[in-house]
Amino acid sequence: MAEYAHPEVLVSTDWVSQHAGDADVRVVEVDVNTGSYEEGHVPRAVGWSWDTQLCDTVRRDILSLDAFEELMSSSGIGADTTVILYGDNNNWFAAWAFWQMKIYGHADVRLMNGGRAKWLAEGREVSVDEPSPVRTSYSSAGPDESIRTLLPDVMDAVNAEAVELVDVRSPAEFSGEILSPAGLPETCQRGGHIPGASNIPWGKACADDGTFKSADELRKLYRDAGITGRRPVIAYCRIGERSSHSWFVLKYLLGLDSVTNYDGSWTEWGNLVGAPVERGA
Amino acid sequence: MKAEHYAVRELELSGWPVRITSYRIGETWYAKADNVSPGANIARAKAASLEQATERVMEKAGERLAATRRIPLAD
Repeated sequence: MAEYAHPEVLVSTDWVSQHAGDADVRVVEVDVNTGSYEEGHVPRAVGWSWDTQLCDTVRRDILSLDAFEELMSSSGIGADTTVILYGDNNNWFAAWAFWQMKIYGHADVRLMNGGRAKWLAEGREVSVDEPSPVRTSYSSAGPDESIRTLLPDVMDAVNAEAVELVDVRSPAEFSGEILSPAGLPETCQRGGHIPGASNIPWGKACADDGTFKSADELRKLYRDAGITGRRPVIAYCRIGERSSHSWFVLKYLLGLDSVTNYDGSWTEWGNLVGAPVERGA
Repeated sequence: MKAEHYAVRELELSGWPVRITSYRIGETWYAKADNVSPGANIARAKAASLEQATERVMEKAGERLAATRRIPLAD
């Protein structure tokens, strides 16, 4: 069985239970709803909120350099810290944090395979204590946006048929039958997908317990859907968090050279006046 | 502390498949409802008993799911 291209970016719940207290390790729970962290979290883990701490809260964007450095510093993270990310919603927002930490050049960041759900299901120790990390003076060289795609580049690439587009939303979102995941507010004017995109829902990359499937299974999954990596690959979803998860799979588990996350995703494309849209499967 | 009585089950609410996860941490019971596809959280609740937490989360989730429109696709 083939190994992941970069197995060092994944740790197991066992590993975390043994190393969460190491001086050079910082465990972070990343949630869309901070109520999850407050219920109980991996002991000594700090908590980050996706919408208030991992996004610009004024304009729609990732964190500024200053805001990123402040988040790292206040979380006790230095340039040499091994950061372990995990979270609710199937690690979607942990993957978003991973992607952003790579944009800002953090060397050693990893995901806990299976996320918060697996930790709880295994009956591992949780704590409601919020740690007070010793502040650092984190410095990043600045954003490397080579792993991010913005709208103009998506437009150009689609028009030139120069990319492999992966839409990781559910089939009903992809087809345009629904405008957002069932039970969530509608956040776009039009349903459907970017012309030429392949629909490979994020969850197909995971086993029932939320851990990633094997490298062989993942390779087959994408190859069967026509994603080969011969052209640059762009992943997108609704708001960019599920596609961070699939970006992680494509770049780090399968080792594709050129794969980016279009974080504007369908909430941008599906609201654009005049953008081409395909409906149906 | 640890999560105890962790359980996951699937059912249908307002015409949508839903995954209900429940567990107890300390003296509090928690329940959350996710849509099965794509797996996004719809509602959460906590209560002193499993039954109360589950009832509350299903009520909230059912309301939110009922508001989801299905847009017919052309043949």
